Amino acid sequence: MTNEPGLVIDVADLRKRYGRVQALAGLSMTVRPGEIFGFLGPNGAGKTTAVKLLLGLARPTAGRGTVLGQPLGDREARRRIGYLPELFRFQPWLRAREVLNLHADLIGMPQTGRARAFDEVLELVGLSERGDTSVSGFSKGMQQRLGLGVALVGDPALVILDEPTSALDPIGRMDVRGILRTARDRGAAVLLNSHLLTEVEQVCDRLAIVDKGAVIAEGSLAEVLGAHETRIRVEGLEPGGMALLDRFGPTRFDGRDLFIKDLPAAEVPDVVATLVASGVRVHEVASGRESLEARFLELVRGNRPESVA
Amino acid sequence: MIAIARLTIGEAARRRILWVLVLLAILAVALTGWGIDRLVSFARASETSELTIQLGVSQILIFIAFQFSFVLAMTAAFLGAPAIANDIESGIALALLARPIRRSSYLLGRWLGHAVVLVTYGAGSALMAILVVSRVSGYTPPSILGPLAYLATEGLVVLSLSLLLSTRLPPIGAGAISVVVYGLSWATGAIERVGIAIAAHNPGVNLEIIGQVGRAILPTDGLWRGVIYGLEPGIIVAAAAGNPLAEANPFFATTPPTLGFLVWTGVWMILVLSLAAYSLRRREL
Repeated sequence: MTNEPGLVIDVADLRKRYGRVQALAGLSMTVRPGEIFGFLGPNGAGKTTAVKLLLGLARPTAGRGTVLGQPLGDREARRRIGYLPELFRFQPWLRAREVLNLHADLIGMPQTGRARAFDEVLELVGLSERGDTSVSGFSKGMQQRLGLGVALVGDPALVILDEPTSALDPIGRMDVRGILRTARDRGAAVLLNSHLLTEVEQVCDRLAIVDKGAVIAEGSLAEVLGAHETRIRVEGLEPGGMALLDRFGPTRFDGRDLFIKDLPAAEVPDVVATLVASGVRVHEVASGRESLEARFLELVRGNRPESVA
Repeated sequence: MIAIARLTIGEAARRRILWVLVLLAILAVALTGWGIDRLVSFARASETSELTIQLGVSQILIFIAFQFSFVLAMTAAFLGAPAIANDIESGIALALLARPIRRSSYLLGRWLGHAVVLVTYGAGSALMAILVVSRVSGYTPPSILGPLAYLATEGLVVLSLSLLLSTRLPPIGAGAISVVVYGLSWATGAIERVGIAIAAHNPGVNLEIIGQVGRAILPTDGLWRGVIYGLEPGIIVAAAAGNPLAEANPFFATTPPTLGFLVWTGVWMILVLSLAAYSLRRREL
């Protein structure tokens, strides 16, 4: 643990074993107030297990941690946490507003102002016309929207969302990104557990990539993605021709595209001139960072020597 | 806890099976009332003694109570068995228990909600039967509150057991085991009483221990004896006291439940609910 004051989540070396399965193998991470934190990982990486430990729904085998400054699973801390489980189900006979009211009761929200708070939440998740509809009449996507609303009831300081867009169409996913930003603007920290890389890439301030129950990369998007890379689509580049480019930085060639790391923009014309002078035809030049998907695959594969073989 | 209890009552009230049971109870009481009315009219026309009529009516009333007791136990088992297990299996428990609610409060809320439903249904049906029988036959049991309380407690005992099992087992398993244990409790009580009848001629026979074990595991049979005792005419009880053949009748009781047994029933429920709370607290979701 970092013991840095004010951290929303601070866990160190968290371990969880289910029988012979090691679900978490020393998870350490920190989430700060007012940030959207992406928690990424392949299926079975331990993301949902980690969330359950944070909420006290399961107990760690070893390790320590705090959530909102309190030990894992602390009841008072849970009063200030909104949670949408991956497996979301609500009492089908209740109306949307009654579901919100039940959760408001459970967190001890004052009666006064509830109606207006529910209106706001329903509006935010796109269910303002459905507040008096029974959950049994909701599609799966609408239930997931309601789940988001439940997680936002009572202005929580931490919102934990476990795969919040699994039942949503592209419009719903875009709405969710807006909802996450609104929650952040209200001062909440958001832990977004997802394996949808584009979602995380577009909305998260910081992220951690988890594999085999441990964090293998953590930081801002720029930090996790690492170096800038310039991609040049070429034709006629011989393997020996790569040596001409050594002075520009580390290069790699995948047979169609040539990649140069941390190439200053001012040197791009020089690289093109060098290639053209050696008889290589240049079709396209693009400068930018590696995509999160590419970085994710690189990190996960690097963490699994067996899959490289 | 109150929020969960309210939720539980709302959930039960939306179950059609419960309303079907209520309708069946009304139908059973109406049919029995009609039958007893006819029976008593015939008996009085043939100048049967009032004492015999009272004995007959009380036995019919006890049979009705037995039916209610059985249905109440089944209802308790099948309300309690899915109460926790279904929430865990469906994922509803994840959203609820992530809230600042103690698992013991959640469990007690589930218990309390179902208890309100069961007591209303069980005691309501039995009270309705007693009043209807009293009106058509003129026979009012010496105690009304006693049998109602014993009957309702029987339901609460089965509910507590099924809730305990529901913290670890799937609904079908928890329900089936609760029903089997309830049946065993009744059977051990019956064996014990047969033993008393046999012991009258063979002093070496003592099957009391079987009844004691049965009551220790599940106190429903002892409570059922309390229901019977309260519904019988006092004069018949006094006449049958000490008669081993009367003791052997599973629908007759010559003594009320002892204070020790009632204390044990209270302790049993506290123990079972504590164990259920412990089991749920240790359960990982």
